[in-house]
Amino acid sequence: MVYLFKSVTKLGEAARQHIDNLGLATLFLLRIVSSLFTGLVSFKQVIKQIYFIGNRSLVVIIVAALFTGMVVALQFYDTLVRFGSVDLLGSAVALSLIKELGPVMTALMLIARVGSATCSEIGIMRNEQQFDALDCMAINSYRYVMLPRLLAALICVPILTGVFDLVGIGGGYIVGIYIQGGSPGAYIQGVMDTISFKDVLVGQIKSLVFGLLIMWIPLFYGFYLHLNQKNMGAEGVSNGTTQAVVMSAIIMLFSDYIISSLAL
Amino acid sequence: MAKPIITVENLFAQYGDTLVLKDVNLTVNKGEILVIMGGSGSGKSTLLNHMLGLKTPTSGTIMIDDVDVFTAKNRELRNLRKKMGVAFQGGALLSSLTVANNVKLPLEQNTSLDKQTIDIMVRMKLELMNMAGTGHLMPTELSGGMLKRAGLARAVVMDPKLLFFDEPSAGLDPTTAVELDELILTLRDAMNMTIVVVTHELESVFKIADRVVVLFAGEVVANGSVDEIKNSPDERVQNMINRKPNTHRDDGEVYFNRLLDKGGN
Repeated sequence: MVYLFKSVTKLGEAARQHIDNLGLATLFLLRIVSSLFTGLVSFKQVIKQIYFIGNRSLVVIIVAALFTGMVVALQFYDTLVRFGSVDLLGSAVALSLIKELGPVMTALMLIARVGSATCSEIGIMRNEQQFDALDCMAINSYRYVMLPRLLAALICVPILTGVFDLVGIGGGYIVGIYIQGGSPGAYIQGVMDTISFKDVLVGQIKSLVFGLLIMWIPLFYGFYLHLNQKNMGAEGVSNGTTQAVVMSAIIMLFSDYIISSLAL
Repeated sequence: MAKPIITVENLFAQYGDTLVLKDVNLTVNKGEILVIMGGSGSGKSTLLNHMLGLKTPTSGTIMIDDVDVFTAKNRELRNLRKKMGVAFQGGALLSSLTVANNVKLPLEQNTSLDKQTIDIMVRMKLELMNMAGTGHLMPTELSGGMLKRAGLARAVVMDPKLLFFDEPSAGLDPTTAVELDELILTLRDAMNMTIVVVTHELESVFKIADRVVVLFAGEVVANGSVDEIKNSPDERVQNMINRKPNTHRDDGEVYFNRLLDKGGN
């Protein structure tokens, strides 16, 4: 009985903690967004972050997209050939990439590369009193540090998703045409005929939402590292980063399901 | 007598269940160097963080230049902070910016000065801190002493009326520590700044202080000139000055509670 009581108490505590965090994270996001109206955003900072998120992730995204497109084409080809529908390969590859794999894979790659780096950078800034210093210099941390990163993610993620889709379709073409010997005309025609404006729009909406999550969650975990004294120091930054990456990936996949179900 | 520029009244603060500041009262007069002295865990950095408005107390008030730090509106607090400079213990330079860009940050963000003027001001402050030619370096390329001096250059770049130092000479070699003390005196004399220093370095305290406040387990146990502190009848103050171990029960209790609570400063 005592054990049960303790377990329920523990569960309640954990639930309360998560609700607290959710409220705090929402307020954090509102503060970042409202800082947009308190003064000019540093254009230089936004460009710097676009370079970090966009340009420096480009190669990783291209390589990942190429192999993803190739694997998807290989799997589809193997299935379609049994039904004599190899001509549908272009449609199948394009649809699965644009509606689902493109946004999700891009987001996962960026969580691993950008989300973890952002969380650890912000956590170290917190550890080294850099946010205290900004406060003491009368500089709004939300506007100076957070907002440029969030804007850059919102700009870069949809573009990188577009790049992923295109390269992935190219990867599918390589496998379907050069390796499996399919018809190039049928592949390209399949891609052109199947993709609708709505498919592209849903993919881009997903990537915008993912862009927000990829940056918001790591920024939150890094910025509030000090709330739990156990989280301070090098180990704290590492724990915070791990939590941020895991949480970003889970929430991103959950939101993917929600958007997909709404869009169907 | 002139009105104090800083007034701390009945300040209480706690971490978890542990009271770390107990009814702290003090004033800082214009143009003086006030040193807040105390051992590890005495609450001096917590007091400084409250003065800077970085922490909210359990109760009490801190007035700086007629602004209540805890109830001031954001705009009021921002305007107050533009008149203040803070030199943090580890420099707290933004790691993504060069030394020069760190120093120019307050000017870029808070003034409408043109780039050329800003560059001249930054160069002057770096020269004042004996940091000429280091503007292009990243914070990771600096030594501990250089980090502190670069942080100080940033703290004084707006020519503040009030300057706060958190452990200016901690972790420095004796020569650099003496240089930094000289620099603090120069800033007070040449730029007429009011300076609050938090430290436990006795040599530094006796060299730079106009007035000393001694904190012990979150309480002010002595407040006076250097001579008054040296001649204080309080056993805890004498133990600190004469570097004797403290056996006072309260101190141990607070210190160990703090360790258990992991809320130490």
